[in-house]
Amino acid sequence: MSRVLVGVKRVIDYAVKVRVKPDKTGVVTDGVKHSMNPFDEIAVEEAVKMKEKKIASEVIAVSCGPAQAQETLRTALAMGADRAIHVEVTGPAYDTLQPLHVAKILAKLSKDEKADIVIVGKQAIDDDSNQTAQMTAALLDWPQATFASKVEKTGDGLTVTREIDGGLEVIKTKLPAVVSADLRLNEPRYATLPNIMKAKKKPLKKVTPKDLGVDIAPRIKVVSVEDPPVRQAGAVVPDVDALVAKLKEGGHI
Amino acid sequence: MSQPQRRAVINLYKTLLHLGKDWPQGYELFRTRLHRVFMKNSGEQDPEKIKMMVKHGEFVVKEIEALYMLKKYRAMKRRYYDEN
Repeated sequence: MSRVLVGVKRVIDYAVKVRVKPDKTGVVTDGVKHSMNPFDEIAVEEAVKMKEKKIASEVIAVSCGPAQAQETLRTALAMGADRAIHVEVTGPAYDTLQPLHVAKILAKLSKDEKADIVIVGKQAIDDDSNQTAQMTAALLDWPQATFASKVEKTGDGLTVTREIDGGLEVIKTKLPAVVSADLRLNEPRYATLPNIMKAKKKPLKKVTPKDLGVDIAPRIKVVSVEDPPVRQAGAVVPDVDALVAKLKEGGHI
Repeated sequence: MSQPQRRAVINLYKTLLHLGKDWPQGYELFRTRLHRVFMKNSGEQDPEKIKMMVKHGEFVVKEIEALYMLKKYRAMKRRYYDEN
C-alpha cells in the first residue's frame, strides 16, 4: 500500500474571462471566481480512485498559496482526500511563486510524509507552465510518468499510458514515482454538498515554506503581461479572381 | 407529509441550490426558477407522487453534475487539444 501526495492549485475559474491589469503587471484576480485547476481535479480523482482500489492507503492534498487556497483543499477533501497540507505563501511572494518553488515544496513534503506516489495536474490553466511534475521528479530523483491517460498498478510499480504527439506511449516505472495527469485520465467527481460538510472535519495542517526550509526567492522576473492580439476582421471578396489575387498578395499561394 | 419525506425534499432543495452556484447563466436565475418549481408542487399530499417527484429531482441533480463535467471537459479540450 502506498501513500499518495496530490498537488492542487487554486486558479481563476475556467469559465471566467481573464482581464489584464492596466499596469501590465498581471491579471485581475480581485473579486474573480476561483476554483481548483481542472487538471488537478483529475489528479485528485486518480488518487482517490487508487484509494478505492486499495492501491493507496492515504491521500494527502497539498496546495501552496494564500488563505483562500484552503477552499481548494476543502474541495480536494470533499472529493475524497484524507488530509490536507496548506503551504502558506501570501502577498508579493505568491505573485512571484514559480514551478521550481512549488516543486521544491512538493519534494520536501513527499519526503516528510513518506509518500510513494506524487500526482499533479500536467499544468495549471493560469500560467500553463507544465513544469512542476518534471521538476519534482528531478529534485527527488524519482522516475516520472507525465501526461498520463491511464495508470495501473503492476507488480511493485506502475504501468502508465502517456499521451504523446500522434499517439500513446506505455511505460513502466518503479515506485516511488511522480505522475502528471492528462485530460483523458478520468472523469473527476463533483464535490457534493454533504461531502463538503464532512470535509470540514478532516485535518488540515498549515505550514510555511520557511518551516520546510525552502527558499522562495524569485528566479524569474515578469517584465510585462499583455492581452493576446485581437483577431482581425475578415473581408468578403466579390469573385474568384479577387480571392486568388488576395491570396497571392498574402503569400498563401 | 411524513417526516422522512419532508427531509428528503429539503435535502433535494439544498443540493440543487448548491449546484446552482455554478450555473452558467448565474445563481439568481437558477434560484428563482428552482423556487418556483418547488412552490408549484408544494401543495402535493400524495406520498407516492412526492416520492416520484423526489426521484425526478435526484435525476436532475445527476444531469446537472454531468452537464458541468462535460462543459468543463469540452472547454479544456477546445483550449488545449484541438489542432484546428
